[in-house]
Order: sequence, then structure tokens, then C-alpha cells
Amino acid sequence: MGFKEEIQSGTFVVTAEVGPPKGTDLSEMKHHIEGLKDKVTALNVTDNQSAVMRVCTLAIAQVMMDMGLEPIYQMTCRDRNRLGLQSDLLGASVLGIKNVLSLTGDHPVLGDHKDAKPVFDIESVGLLEVISGLNEGHDMAGLELQGKTDFFAGAIVTPEANPLEPQLAKFEKKVKAGAKFFQTQAVYDMPKFMKFMDYAKQFDVPIMAGILLLKSAGMAKYLNKFVAGVSVPQELIDELAPYKGEDALKKGIEIAGRQIAELKSICAGVHVMAIGAEDKVPDILAAAGL
Amino acid sequence: MIVAEPKTLDEIKAMVDSYDRVLMVGCGTCVEVCLTGGERAVNLTATALRLSRKVDGRDIEVGEQTVIRQCDFEYLDEVKDADKYQAIVSLACGVGIQGMARKFPNMPVLPGVNTTFMGFNEEYGYYTEMCKGCGECVLDKTGGICPVARCAKSLLNGPCGGTNNGKCEIDSSRDCGWVLIYNKMNAMGQVDKFKEINSPKNHQKANNLRYMDLRK
Repeated sequence: MGFKEEIQSGTFVVTAEVGPPKGTDLSEMKHHIEGLKDKVTALNVTDNQSAVMRVCTLAIAQVMMDMGLEPIYQMTCRDRNRLGLQSDLLGASVLGIKNVLSLTGDHPVLGDHKDAKPVFDIESVGLLEVISGLNEGHDMAGLELQGKTDFFAGAIVTPEANPLEPQLAKFEKKVKAGAKFFQTQAVYDMPKFMKFMDYAKQFDVPIMAGILLLKSAGMAKYLNKFVAGVSVPQELIDELAPYKGEDALKKGIEIAGRQIAELKSICAGVHVMAIGAEDKVPDILAAAGL
Repeated sequence: MIVAEPKTLDEIKAMVDSYDRVLMVGCGTCVEVCLTGGERAVNLTATALRLSRKVDGRDIEVGEQTVIRQCDFEYLDEVKDADKYQAIVSLACGVGIQGMARKFPNMPVLPGVNTTFMGFNEEYGYYTEMCKGCGECVLDKTGGICPVARCAKSLLNGPCGGTNNGKCEIDSSRDCGWVLIYNKMNAMGQVDKFKEINSPKNHQKANNLRYMDLRK
């Protein structure tokens, strides 16, 4: 069963992600992918993540498929206008990519080419409409395609955003525009997340909770200070605080596993982000009893 | 109004390095309000340039004039004695600088400012960008707050995930335009309207080489 079939059947789905490298040496990334085989249903491939220039998503998605893993093709609207986006989507379809995650993308000033022209010709909502159109057999200009796509489109949502209401309104637009699944920004505050799930269930679209591995108390504080829409509760910071290095990482794995176990009955699956510690994902899943 | 920032003295010095007689011309409309291009700015900039060149041991003569607007030949006609100088430094917006360059086709016309945006005068000395001149106004759909100018990504369908405590992901001192829009539309009872999907922009309306012709 592929990602779409699994999530639509109500199975608890686990996805993770890999970031393409900056440069042509794929050995480390391939090692990570190899380690995730048989552990996850699909793997997100990020798209110039954090506005840092890296190998293009399409190429890495192909490498991943060659290695026997199903990609979730992340597409941001920062670097390509509507011609580029649609053309790459057709390319993705031709390569056999099934899942697309629509994102607006971080602004270039947050990345490593700060002087770049930000494109944002369309954004996450517009891109979902474009994908729906390509699936129906026409492009953004309304012109008929010679062969349509069959994408399973998804989007993201930030359940702990502050303020939350405008994000929820946008979430509803994404559902309307054709999002068939959601992966959330990292969630740590379970009561807050449950409140979000209570609201979201009226839309009947599977939601996968984002699990971001905490590697230290310092990282947790950094997330709270600098990363939008992420709030690590003080008790988690206190739990990590006595540990350093490898021991802190172990504690982080334990926390992530515990969170996943808690989420199992609440949402459709989890999306595990280990950021550089992808080889720890199997440990996290083991800690979760999966 | 149009807002511009002064170029640094070093930049201006580098532009006029090969001259010893330049005319500095201010513009008395938009850029005067933002203290960049009026009579006072011309006087300050010209004085600084003269002093600095004197220190370098290479005196420069800097003529000073200010006209009402540089974006109109009617006012550019008031520029006097330009032929006594080797170059003109214009302290007008980019439109005015080019007007000056057309008025004096055989003279180098140099920019003394960097033109930045169309802005609102929030308080004395503080201006914020409000309009991008996109040619397809959406203010009716967004509570009178422009997402094209006031969202860092010019998004049309709500805030990105980077908005944090109502501030923008690229500058935590600036409000997220989409949070402002939500709050305004919420206060007006227009949340349902907020949830309507806005179509992508027609960028043909903002292509270069735009003009308006009322002569017909």
C-alpha cells in the first residue's frame, strides 16, 4: 500500500523527511534514506529548506524512488513562478511522483542567498488549486493538458500558531483548494493540539502531527525564541535540562516516542523531523512502540 | 508619497570624483517631506561634499537649487545655469532624476538618493510602505490593508507559517500584514469573506513599460 492508500484507509501512518545536501555528494543522505526503509511509509523531500540552496527536490525524489522509498515532493513557491511550478509538477508526474506537499516557503532573507528575488507568484493555497487543475487535465491558464496528473496533494498547518485564528482560516482555504492531507508544524503542547484536532475533525481530512526531535534543552529554548508557531512547554525543557550531549539526545528520543504514543489515538499519523539525526528515527519509533 | 533615502556621502563622492563643478538640485515635493530631497537636504549634502573634498585637497564647486517637482518639464524649466557645471546631482526620486536627465540630454545626471517606496507618513521622520502600484487593487477584499505591500511575500490568501506573535518572519519589528487584515475583517464581521480564496494576481498589470494615456 502506498502513502495515499494507507492514510485513506485509516492506518496510523509514519512519515519522515530528508533534506537534499548542498553539493553533489549524496552518500550521507543515501545512508539516512537506507536506514528509514521499512520504517516509514513515505519520506518528504524538502525544497531548498529554510531558503538554503541545495540539490533540487525532483532529482532527490528520483534517487529516493530508485532506492525503493515513496517520496512526498515538497514544493515551495519562493523560487519559481507559475510556469516553473507547473512545469516541475508535470515533470514530477512523469517521473512517477504521487504525493505533493504545497508550501509557500521561507523568505529568502532567512536563507543563504539573502539578496535573491523572492518569487511568490502564487502561494500554498494557489498551488493547491493549480494541482487540482492539473489533476483535472488543465493548466493555470485553462489550457488542456495532453495527459493529466494524478497527484495526492497535501499542505501544512501550524496548530500552535500565535495568533491561531488567521492560520485556521487559511487551513480552511487549503482544504477548499484541494488539500487531501495535512502535516503539521512541530507540536509539543498536547492540550493545544487536541483542541486543534477537535476543530479540524469537521473537515474530514487526515492530519499528521509534526514531531520534531528535541536534542537538548538549549534547542528547545531556541525553538521557543526563534521558530514561529513552535512552543515547547516548560516541563519538557525541565525534563531535558539535566542531560548533556548523547544523554540529552536519548531523553529527546524518549520524549518524541512518548508523544507519538500519545498521538496515536488522536490523529492520522505522525511526521517525524529529526533534522540531521535521521538515523535516530527508528529509535524514536521503537520508543513509541511502533 | 514617494519615499527615498539619501545615498551615503562616499557614494556621492565616488560618482562626482572626476568633476570639480557640479550642480545639486533638490525636489520640493515627495522627497522633501521625507527630508531627503528638499532645499535643506541639498544644502546639507552640498556642504558635506564641499568640506569632504576640501579635506582631500581637491576643492569642488557645488551649486544649489531646488525646484517644486522634477517629474514635470514645467518645473524642470526653472533649473538655471546648468551649463556652468560638469554634472548634475539630483536629489529627487527616480522619476525626477530621469526627468532631469531628459531635460539636459548632454549632461551626466547622477542620483543623490535611493528611491525606496510609496509610503504613509506615520509620524515625523517615520514612513512605511503602503502600495506597490500593482495595478490591480485588492483592498476591497482585504479590509483596506494591502497584502501586496504589507506582507513580505505579497501573499493573497492569509499569513504564512512564519508569522510570530503577529510579527513578520523577516522583521520582528514589523506587523504581519495578514494578522492586521484578519483583525480588521474580524472586527467588521467579515471572517467569511476572509476565508474566500483570492485568485492569483494578474502580473501583466504590473509589467514594465506601463503608461496611462488620457489624451484619447
